[in-house]
Amino acid sequence: MNWLTDNKIPLGAWMENFVDWLVTAASGFFDLVSITLETMIVTMVDAIDSIHPLAVIAIILVGVWFLHRSIGLLIFITLSLLLIINMGYWVETIQTLVLVVSATAISVLIGVPIGIAAAHRPWLYTMLRPILDLMQTIPTFVYLIPTLILFGLGYVPGLISTIIFAIAAPIRLTYLGVSKVPNELIEAGLAFGCTKSKLLYKVELPAAMPNIMAGVTQCIMLSLSMVVVAALVGADGLGKPVIRALNTVNISQGFEAGVAIVLVAIMLDRICKSPSSKNAG
Amino acid sequence: MSVVTIENVDIVFGDNKAKTLPLMDKGHTRDQILGMTGDVVGVQNANIEVNEGEICVLMGLSGSGKSTLLRAVNGLNKIARGRCLVRDGDKMVDMAKCDDATLRHMRTRRVSMVFQSFALMPWLTVLENVAFGLEMQGMPKAERLKKAREQLKMVSLDKWANKKPDELSGGMRQRVGLARAFAMDTDVLLMDEPFSALDPLIRSQLQDELIELQKRLNKTIIFVSHDLDEALKIGTKIAIMESARIIQEDAPEQIVLNPATEYVEKFVAHTNPLNVLRGSSLMTPLTELAVQDEHVVINEDIKMKLENGKLVSVQGPRGDIPTARWTPETILANVPDNTVFIVPANIAMRDAVELRYHSNHFMVLEEADQCVGILNDHNFYHALLGKHFGREEAAA
Repeated sequence: MNWLTDNKIPLGAWMENFVDWLVTAASGFFDLVSITLETMIVTMVDAIDSIHPLAVIAIILVGVWFLHRSIGLLIFITLSLLLIINMGYWVETIQTLVLVVSATAISVLIGVPIGIAAAHRPWLYTMLRPILDLMQTIPTFVYLIPTLILFGLGYVPGLISTIIFAIAAPIRLTYLGVSKVPNELIEAGLAFGCTKSKLLYKVELPAAMPNIMAGVTQCIMLSLSMVVVAALVGADGLGKPVIRALNTVNISQGFEAGVAIVLVAIMLDRICKSPSSKNAG
Repeated sequence: MSVVTIENVDIVFGDNKAKTLPLMDKGHTRDQILGMTGDVVGVQNANIEVNEGEICVLMGLSGSGKSTLLRAVNGLNKIARGRCLVRDGDKMVDMAKCDDATLRHMRTRRVSMVFQSFALMPWLTVLENVAFGLEMQGMPKAERLKKAREQLKMVSLDKWANKKPDELSGGMRQRVGLARAFAMDTDVLLMDEPFSALDPLIRSQLQDELIELQKRLNKTIIFVSHDLDEALKIGTKIAIMESARIIQEDAPEQIVLNPATEYVEKFVAHTNPLNVLRGSSLMTPLTELAVQDEHVVINEDIKMKLENGKLVSVQGPRGDIPTARWTPETILANVPDNTVFIVPANIAMRDAVELRYHSNHFMVLEEADQCVGILNDHNFYHALLGKHFGREEAAA
């Protein structure tokens, strides 16, 4: 037994060396990514923040009306957003929304093509699956440390951690959707003369769309579940007051911030979910 | 003129073709080969020639390789060996060896397909579905939607143009599938059990519609079916497949009259003779009828008088019975009862029974202006009892 503990395999040291190497070798690259993303998010937050909150609510309502045509949903969203303003979390909500939307957009941009590629190449999915499992099961705090070192404090490490956690959803569901496109539809596409790319855009993607949309919705919800963690590494948003409340054992602040997060979650869920379920039906 | 020629085609599913093909040549069965190499023999040594305007039906039970062979004609299934030639203007293109661009050209311009499960795109409207193939042809949007609308009118679904496929019944969906294939204006149409998923009434209705359309459009159709009655109804030629091989290829009537193997015989046993048999195989030939005083005796009351092999008169117990010439265009209501019909020897059994029912008399069969035989109740009963079908009977 002693022999086992004495001869420690330096797993941790290896990882540390790897990260150190990354920092020295590619610090320019990581700085560039960090600055670009940070500027992007800050600009978006500032832009929305510069508009009067009630005008922002109006814009959101118009958009939701076009998507869903549901009065009930409009009333719910209006009341929720007004309550958030009343609690004083308007700016934080915008920061959170921008972070969630950016993380989702990046995850989808990267995840959907990977999902398609995996659906077309079974070996690729065999390789990807353990990586995806790892990304979703490894405790978030573990990779928060290297992202923090690589990207510094602020939105970006939060964003990257969120993406690592959430990207599995669009990859998995795109893979599922594309690989279970009914064979007869593929045959029909080919029989009528589709090229490879036509087959993808005219048959496979439309057929997989309900699944891909479910992946996007899931990705949004997973991203939202990371706001508190993102706040730990300095990303502004609704996570910050939660952590502050935790540190000062402040029940009222914790409760209010929690309510705001829940309201944002319900709103996003309602806004995203029904169009995709309509497609599926 | 041959439009599709299938020559010595083998189709194998699996990765050990190099091992499987020699085993097939050595005469190993499908099951043995599956055990030895893990490959599945889909089609073995198939030869068919389909001419312009023909409907060739590939018949067999599931797993016999009929759909597999059909899918070789538009290159959905890869051919391991042999040639599958499809006419493209003046030349024949080998679908087994052509490059991707040619394959696409053949699929968009020469060969289109109808699927058993319809294979309509659920996210497109009915109209867009019909226009799908035209889009692949590169036709501009306005033009292809206009053409698709015309095709929908042809299958009388123009009112449903903006619905989604899942709002339609099965029969309507397959009509959309037909319209989609016809819209392509291809000479060759592949139909993979297109009516099998439909209930019997709709099925027979669509079969009739297909026969009508075919009269107008004169396509070359390869049709897969597991239903012999369907095959006999629409086919001009039938190829019967059993475990990856074509075991008999013949005209519909020949298939039921002379089944090549026991397997075909079993298939044939329960067919409805009304749909298949023709006068010449039903009739009592002239040579078998008794002659008395230069009259051919039909029964004790009725005799026929022939001159140079041509019918002159029919004599009944109370003088001559009037005769009338029948063609498929004849309107029966205009012909008085108690008339002996003179009919072409290739008359369909259904028509002959109808005539017998109307006229109450036997009928006289003619071929090239010569009387060749007669059709009487006895001939019909013989056929209805299925006594024409079966190899022993044919041999005897």
